Amino acid sequence: MIVAGVGSAVIEPGFFSSAPVQVALVVGAIAAVVSGVVGIFTVVRGQSFAGHSLADIGTAGGSAAFLVGVNPLYGFVAMNLVAGGVMELIGIRRPRGRDVATGIVLGAALGFAALFLYFDTTSTSTTGATINVLFGSIFTLPSSIVPVIVVLSVLAIGMTCFLYRPLLLSSLSPDLAAARGVSLRFVGIGFLVSLALAVSLSAVTIGAILSTALLIGPAATALRFTKRTGSAIVAAAAIGVGATWLGILLSYDSYYWTPSHRGWPVSFFVVAVVFVVYLAADLFTGHRVTARRPTMRGAR
Amino acid sequence: MFSPFMINAWEASTIVAVVAGVVGFFTVLRGSSFAAHALPNGAFAGAAGASLVGASTILGLGVFSLLGAIGIASLGRRARHDVATALAIVLMLGLGSLFLSMTTQYAPEIFSLLFGEVLGVASNELAPTAAIGLVCVAAIAVLYRPLLLSSAAPDLAEARGIKGERIELAFLLVIALVTTMAVPVVGTLLIFSLLVGPAAAARCFTNKPLTAMGLSVVFALVTVWSAIALSYTSNLPIGFFVGAIGAVGYATGRSWTARRRLA
Repeated sequence: MIVAGVGSAVIEPGFFSSAPVQVALVVGAIAAVVSGVVGIFTVVRGQSFAGHSLADIGTAGGSAAFLVGVNPLYGFVAMNLVAGGVMELIGIRRPRGRDVATGIVLGAALGFAALFLYFDTTSTSTTGATINVLFGSIFTLPSSIVPVIVVLSVLAIGMTCFLYRPLLLSSLSPDLAAARGVSLRFVGIGFLVSLALAVSLSAVTIGAILSTALLIGPAATALRFTKRTGSAIVAAAAIGVGATWLGILLSYDSYYWTPSHRGWPVSFFVVAVVFVVYLAADLFTGHRVTARRPTMRGAR
Repeated sequence: MFSPFMINAWEASTIVAVVAGVVGFFTVLRGSSFAAHALPNGAFAGAAGASLVGASTILGLGVFSLLGAIGIASLGRRARHDVATALAIVLMLGLGSLFLSMTTQYAPEIFSLLFGEVLGVASNELAPTAAIGLVCVAAIAVLYRPLLLSSAAPDLAEARGIKGERIELAFLLVIALVTTMAVPVVGTLLIFSLLVGPAAAARCFTNKPLTAMGLSVVFALVTVWSAIALSYTSNLPIGFFVGAIGAVGYATGRSWTARRRLA
C-alpha cells in the first residue's frame, strides 16, 4: 500500500497486476540471489572470466537442445557442467594458465554454438532463435519455469554452502588449504558445478548479459564495503535483487517515455544500475581499498 | 574455391591471421584472453549504435573498442582485472541491447557480426583491414621489449621504470585496433579464437619469444585457411571450424609438452 502511495508518477499503472511482470520479479530475484552468493566466491577466486564464459558456452548446449526439441535450459545446464569440468581439468594453477584454459574452452564452445545455431536457423528459417538464446527475455518467461529455477538455485546455493569453509580457505590461501588437507581439485570442481548451475539458470531466464552483470557487479560492490564473507554475500544478494527490480520497473515505465511506445530493454537498465552502484562504491571507498591492495593481491 | 569472389575472403583472412598470430602471442603470455573476448564482443554494440545513427560500422566498432580498452584499464587500476573486464563487457553489451531495441531490422546482421561472414568480404574492405593491421603489427614491434619484459617479469619491468599500467593500456589499445580491423571481416567469434588458440598451442612447443610468435602466426594461418576450405566444401559455418581447430591444436600442444616431460 505504501508503495502504491508513492504514486503512479513513479510506477506506471498495471505494474503489479501484470502477470509477466510478476514472473519477471520473482525469477529475477531468484537469479540475483543465487548470482550474489556464487558471485562473491567468483570474484574472490578471480574466476570472472569463467563465470562470464559459461553464460556464452551454455548457448552451445541451449541451441543443441533447441535443435532436438528439448527445453534449452537442460542443454544449458548439461553443457555448462561439462565445460566447467573441462576448464578445471586442463586449467593450470596459475591464473594466467587458467585464463588460457577458459579461453580455449570458450572458443571451442562458441564454435559449436555457431554450428548448432546454423542448423537451428536453417531448419526453422528464423534468426529469432539466435537472439532469444543469446539475449534471453525476462518478460516472456512462462510461470511454469519457476519450480525448475527454484530447484536449480537450491542446488547451486546448497553446493556452495556445503563447500563453504574449504572453499573460502582455498580461495584465500590455496597453500594453507592444501596443508590442511583440503583437496583443491575437489573444491575447484565443486565450485565450478555451482557456478555452472547458477550461470545456466540466470543466462536462460534473464540472458547472458544480465547473468554476468549480476554475478560480478553486486559481488564486487559488496566486497568494497566488507571483507567478511557472510555479510558480503548478503549485501551482494541485496544489491542484485534491488538492481533487478529497479531495472524491471524502469523498463516497464520506459514504455510510456517515448511517443512511439517502444520500451527499452531490461538488460540495459539492470546493467546501468549495477554499474552506477559499483562506481559509487568505488568512489566512496577508493582510498581504503587502495591501501588494502596487498591483501587483495595475496588472495590470488 | 579460388573463384574471384573467394579471393577477397582468402586475402582478408590471411591479413587477420597474421595480425592475430602476432598479437595473440602477447594475449596468451599476459593472460589477457578475457579482454580479447570482451573488446570484440562489446564493440559489436558500437556497430549497432553506428547503424542506428547511420554512421559506418567500422567507426562504431573503433569508437566502442577504444572506449572499452580505456574503460578496462581505468577500472582495472582500482579493482581486479577480470572484474574490471567483466563490468566493461556487460556495460557495452547492455548499451548494445538498448541500440538493438531501437532498430527493427538488424537480426541477420548481428548474426554475421557475431559469427563472421568472411565469405562475403567486399574488395573495398581490404584496404582498411590491411592498413589497421599494419598499425597493430607496428605497435607490437615498437612495444616489443617493454611489453615482453612487463608480461614475463612484471616486477623486474617496474624496477627498470616500465610502468605496468601504461603497458597494459597500450596493449588493450592494440587489441581494440585488432577488433576494429577484424570484426567487420571475420566476426567477433573468429577473432577471439584466432587470438587465443594458435598462440596457446605455439607456447607449448617453444619458450623462445620470437619463435613462439612466428609459430603462432603459422598456426593462425593454417587454422584460418583450413577453416575456409572446410567451410567452403561442407557449407557449415566457418566459426565452428576455427574454434574446433583451435581446441584440437591446443590439446595437441599440451599432450606434446606432457609427453616431453615424461620422457
